[in-house]
Amino acid sequence: MKPVVSLTGASLKFGKRALWEDLDLDIMPGEFFAVLGPNGSGKTSFLKVLLGLQDLHRGQALLGSRPVERGSSLIGYIPQQKSFAPDTPMRARDLVGLGVDGHRWGLRLSPGKANRRIDQLLELVGATEYARVPVGQLSGGEQQRLRVAQALATDPQILLCDEPLLSLDLHHQQAVSALINKQCREQNSAVVFVTHEINPIIDYVDRVLYLAGGRFKVGTPEEVMTTEVLSDLYGSHVEVIHANGRIVVVGLPDATTHHHAPTHVLAGEAA
Amino acid sequence: MDWDSILGAIFSFENYGELLVLVQNSIWAGAVLGLLGGLVGTFVMKRDLAFAVHGISELSFAGAAFALLIGADIVFGSLIGSVTAALLLGLMGVRARDKNSIIGVIMPFGLGLGILFLSLYEGRAANKFGLLTGQIVSVDTVQLQALAGTAVVVMVALAAIWRPLNFASVDPELAEARGVPVRTLAIVFMVLLGVSVALSIQVVGALLVLALLITPAAAALRVTSSPVAVVLLSVAFAMTATVGGILLALGGRIPISPYVTTLSFLIYVVCRVVGSVRARKGINGRVLAGTA
Repeated sequence: MKPVVSLTGASLKFGKRALWEDLDLDIMPGEFFAVLGPNGSGKTSFLKVLLGLQDLHRGQALLGSRPVERGSSLIGYIPQQKSFAPDTPMRARDLVGLGVDGHRWGLRLSPGKANRRIDQLLELVGATEYARVPVGQLSGGEQQRLRVAQALATDPQILLCDEPLLSLDLHHQQAVSALINKQCREQNSAVVFVTHEINPIIDYVDRVLYLAGGRFKVGTPEEVMTTEVLSDLYGSHVEVIHANGRIVVVGLPDATTHHHAPTHVLAGEAA
Repeated sequence: MDWDSILGAIFSFENYGELLVLVQNSIWAGAVLGLLGGLVGTFVMKRDLAFAVHGISELSFAGAAFALLIGADIVFGSLIGSVTAALLLGLMGVRARDKNSIIGVIMPFGLGLGILFLSLYEGRAANKFGLLTGQIVSVDTVQLQALAGTAVVVMVALAAIWRPLNFASVDPELAEARGVPVRTLAIVFMVLLGVSVALSIQVVGALLVLALLITPAAAALRVTSSPVAVVLLSVAFAMTATVGGILLALGGRIPISPYVTTLSFLIYVVCRVVGSVRARKGINGRVLAGTA
């Protein structure tokens, strides 16, 4: 089987600061791949490289067998949840419609076909009942379901997710991550899931890329999420605790400035 | 001036049929500009450019005043002024905060220049006033053709970039990820907006351009979120305001702009009331369990 994402000797630097260097990585179809790490470790930049919005400092990034390009139809992209202004002239189905044909030139001349596809996608993510509600009046969880539908519009082989569960409650976190996993397993799409919190997706993840302190480690969660590996990455002692199938990382070096850190621990304790 | 003579100045329908024939061109011009304003206005609202429209119109006014002073074509002068302003905003003001401060800087400068040129001008005072408040009554056939031709060009261009421009306006981050040229579209739209402002200034004048480019779309947004319905309503409102305003203004002795702006405003008020009643009743299109 050929990898859908392939990085060789990839390095990314901002000025003199290296986010990561000499990254070799193949992501296979149907693989659920999580990218973890503290803020500023280059998780989002990693996605931007795959989206063709950020050039590598060195090395090569391929999608399928072609170099990354902006607007590749191989990719479906699920961004962080952000709220829309209440008077945004867009209903749920229109948001999904942007994914179907929003990038094409001209006017939508044959609405029938687009509408059928939109209905299909809405049904797929269970959003039919609020299809005609303005997006500004939907909850964060509802909006993220629509984002999934929007990203699936082109039947992507790669689903790039940038912290899609951020600011969602537990129930919606589960629903949205299950939807993404479904696409991964049933349609054999590769999922690249950027997150600072592995627990909501721990049951789905095949492999992890952990970025920290200008270095990285790739492997299964069992291989990477250990006291030894993370202590080595962070360059100071951190404790990784496994409990009830959850993973809690205690003692992150930037815990005092890292605003996600407290929830990190709390979420683990609550689970 | 007593009340009756004020009313007589505002509404008078003597010899209405004869007047109607005389102002045919103006009515057509009003219709074209209503159509254009309604279309462009929806994107102005989506991109949050209301303040930019105001800034562009002031520089457009300066351009027109300069043209008047040197005896050049006024429409051409206002086109130069507004397209320059629009390009400046499109190129410099990427972030919303930057944009607003740049507009705040440009606007008084443009207005000041305009006043300078007008005070140097020694021709008819009505010409001066017309730049600020509109003077559609005197549109001849050649002007109408030029106006309609330019409007058609703008509308065709708008249609060509409609979907990606919409994507970039309502969901810029994702549009960029999908390969939509967000930056280029922003600049192209600013040029189209600049041309539309320059054309609209001829009807309602530099001070009242917002009534054509903002109010109809803003009113439409109050009553619907469907993208197609917003466009149709916005166009209908804008055309009602311009054509209706011209028809009402025929008999009176005052400029057309107060009629246009008042109609436009009334439509907005009605839409706002309708919108808030529906919001209070909780009508937003959601299919509730049990009612479906």
